[in-house]
Amino acid sequence: MDFDLSDDQRLLADSVTRLMADRYGFEARKGFVKQDTGWSAEMWGRYAELGLLGLPFAEEHGGFGGGPVDVMLVMQEFGRALALEPYLATVVLGGGAVRLAGSAAQQAAILPAIAEGGLKLAFAHSEREARYDLADVQTTAKRANGGWVLDGAKSVVLHGDSADKLVVSARVKGERDDPDGIGLFLVDAGAEGLARRGYALRDETRAAEISLTNVVAAEILGEPGAAFGTIARVVEAGIAAMGAEAVGAMETMQSMTLEYSRTREQFGKPIGTNQVVQHRLSEMLMALEQGRSMAMLAAMSVDEPDAAERARAISMAKIGFGQAARFVSQQAIQLHGGIGMTEEYAVGHYFRRALVIEHTFGDTAYHLARLAAEVE
Amino acid sequence: MDLRLTPEERAFRDEVRAFIRDNLPTDTRERMRLGYSPRKQDTVAWQRILNKKGWAAISWPKEWGGPGWSAVQRMIFIEENQAAPAPELLSFNITMIGPVLIQFGTEAQKSRFLPRAANLDDWWCQGFSEPGAGSDLAALKTAAKREGDHYIVNGSKIWTSTAHNADWCFVLVRTNPNAAKRQEGISFLLVDMKTPGITVRPIVSIDGAHHLNEVFFDDVKVPVEMRVYEENRGWDVAKFLLGNERTGIARLGKSRERVAAAKEAARSVRFNGRPLIEDAAFRQRVVQLEVDMKALQITQYRVVSAGAKKSDGRPDPLSSVLKVKGTELLQATTELAMDTAGPLAMPIWAQELAEMANEPDMLAEAAEQATGNYLFLRAASIYGGTNEIQKNILSKAVLRL
Ligand SMILES: Cc1cc2nc3c(=O)[nH]c(=O)nc-3n(C[C@H](O)[C@H](O)[C@H](O)COP(=O)(O)OP(=O)(O)OC[C@H]3O[C@@H](n4cnc5c(N)ncnc54)[C@H](O)[C@@H]3O)c2cc1C
Repeated sequence: MDFDLSDDQRLLADSVTRLMADRYGFEARKGFVKQDTGWSAEMWGRYAELGLLGLPFAEEHGGFGGGPVDVMLVMQEFGRALALEPYLATVVLGGGAVRLAGSAAQQAAILPAIAEGGLKLAFAHSEREARYDLADVQTTAKRANGGWVLDGAKSVVLHGDSADKLVVSARVKGERDDPDGIGLFLVDAGAEGLARRGYALRDETRAAEISLTNVVAAEILGEPGAAFGTIARVVEAGIAAMGAEAVGAMETMQSMTLEYSRTREQFGKPIGTNQVVQHRLSEMLMALEQGRSMAMLAAMSVDEPDAAERARAISMAKIGFGQAARFVSQQAIQLHGGIGMTEEYAVGHYFRRALVIEHTFGDTAYHLARLAAEVE
Repeated sequence: MDLRLTPEERAFRDEVRAFIRDNLPTDTRERMRLGYSPRKQDTVAWQRILNKKGWAAISWPKEWGGPGWSAVQRMIFIEENQAAPAPELLSFNITMIGPVLIQFGTEAQKSRFLPRAANLDDWWCQGFSEPGAGSDLAALKTAAKREGDHYIVNGSKIWTSTAHNADWCFVLVRTNPNAAKRQEGISFLLVDMKTPGITVRPIVSIDGAHHLNEVFFDDVKVPVEMRVYEENRGWDVAKFLLGNERTGIARLGKSRERVAAAKEAARSVRFNGRPLIEDAAFRQRVVQLEVDMKALQITQYRVVSAGAKKSDGRPDPLSSVLKVKGTELLQATTELAMDTAGPLAMPIWAQELAEMANEPDMLAEAAEQATGNYLFLRAASIYGGTNEIQKNILSKAVLRL
């Protein structure tokens, strides 16, 4: 085992830390939320300059050839800063689908454009009735005139409102829950018959409801009907990225709460001098470290070749960092008292980021059930 | 010993249920069933309907409009009203200022304020906490200086729930900064929110709603006859009030209502190819909460029955048990309702939904409110004395540690 970062990885982490410390304070972020898109185009440009938008892509596609650990380092910083930009949606999910399943020509057309900051993607897979079941796809794709015609609706598509292109899953054959028979299609956001409506999630990041009525998709990623494996891998990479983000958020909540307990006085002394508060802070630290271990497990499992083992590890990790984030965030508010309950104060925003992470790509109950089905 | 409701108590419960069913305005009922908090007008209208029936001033003596119920009947009523769900009686009026005036007020104060409080003609708020005085309430600094037949109040209060709706505020102020003990220099004043010099600043909470406020007092003139009880004895009044607040805070009916909402939603969402309501883990989580609610319900009846037999009028330290366990349950049940919503727990989309769909999307609306409830009720273990402070009370007053 080896927990050390390489020199390049340390450099990467440092540069993102510096960028976010300089430009992504809590006050600056409030301004970004108010932009039309709900995030900062200027920051997006800076991510491109730093090479973050091409991080996991091959060098021939304008990328860095980075792995899941590199993505982890970036996401951890984004978690600390509560970054609002569509990095997960574009680079990890949409870009991930193209990287995993796209043809050489598709990769050459799309990945460099993402890396340069000129193209944003979203991963339009989840549907309203599917909850977290990855195989529950009711949107259909039918062949017509050499292309495909899509019909259906997608729900809570992360950053679906500002994407230029959508990676849409649709069923080419089979029944509702059948993993076999799903395809992934590339659709222009402006395509005729595609309607989308954006809204904020609880953590102020954006998502959209998307409806598809006779939408022509010129391109399909990979073989028709064989996309389930890609979808699962994309979601796994998304979980790993969010795990790192959760760690960044937890670290911040933990350190803010620690600092607060040292400075807030009641009954003539800092609240942190009460043993019950000390123990609670210790429990938060324990949860953070256990959560961090699970986020590492997720990152290290993304490239595991054995699909069953990979799925198992990712589910364990999602449960682990999800529960840790819930505990840390609840205690962060509790130990802040009234001030922790306010919109003006940062802790509540981290709390809600953790909440959204926990309810994305399968909540604790979902992953527990998935693992429980395999107990021997 | 018999833990069942007597036939009379059961009949009473049925009567309460029937009354709520027949009299709660339909739009209030429909909104609340989706998980929305009652609006100001909903709370006012419902309390007036209850008051007309003689069911608003539930803990007050008959001469002040109380219904003459036993402690058990009161708990039955509160729980049924919450579980309906119907707007709760405004606690500032019914649980706080009413009993305070009945215990400590002058005849003039009682006759002026009690009928209006019962009928919600005056909306009261609670001006206790300050930026530097939360758990340590006795550290409060807002000062009241006597000038002739007035006090001049200066300072600020924070976390004042519903101050933006309020007509009156009961305020703890420091009247003697030089008292030997901090608690001995505090007085309890009734302040008209329209008095010049009062500014209310909204505080938005993490559920995105406006419940809380900061209230600033800048040379606010309060007539001396608006002081309750003796000057510098306001701490006795506050202690009495907080004891009452703690008993009412368990809100078991609200927990019941949240579990019911979660079960309702679980019928129409799918998990592993079946309705979520059929999932064993979901059912066990529901049952665990029902077990905890049962235990709390019985404990609560024990505490109120014992309280009714006590003669010293002092709050039972066991009311801290109700506060801690009740708020833990509120938090666990709102958490269940949120988790039941799955991915729909995340969006803030009421407006978009209304514009998008031809008919109301109730599941989605209820999901958004489930998360709103969860977020706001993180405060349940903070307000009314934090749960850490309640455990300190138990350690000292009950365990004598
Ligand atoms: C939603 C909401 C509504 C409210 N409504 C009102 C209202 O209408 N009127 C009003 O007057 N007030 C109201 N309050 C204020 C509430 O009573 C205070 O928030 C509460 O007393 C805690 O004070 P604080 O927020 O200053 O936290 P602090 O007292 O600073 O506590 C911070 C943390 O330290 C812990 N702590 C403090 N002292 C100790 C100790 N000795 N031992 C162990 N742990 C300790 C606390 O438990 C808490 O976790 C409301 C608060 C909220 C959140």
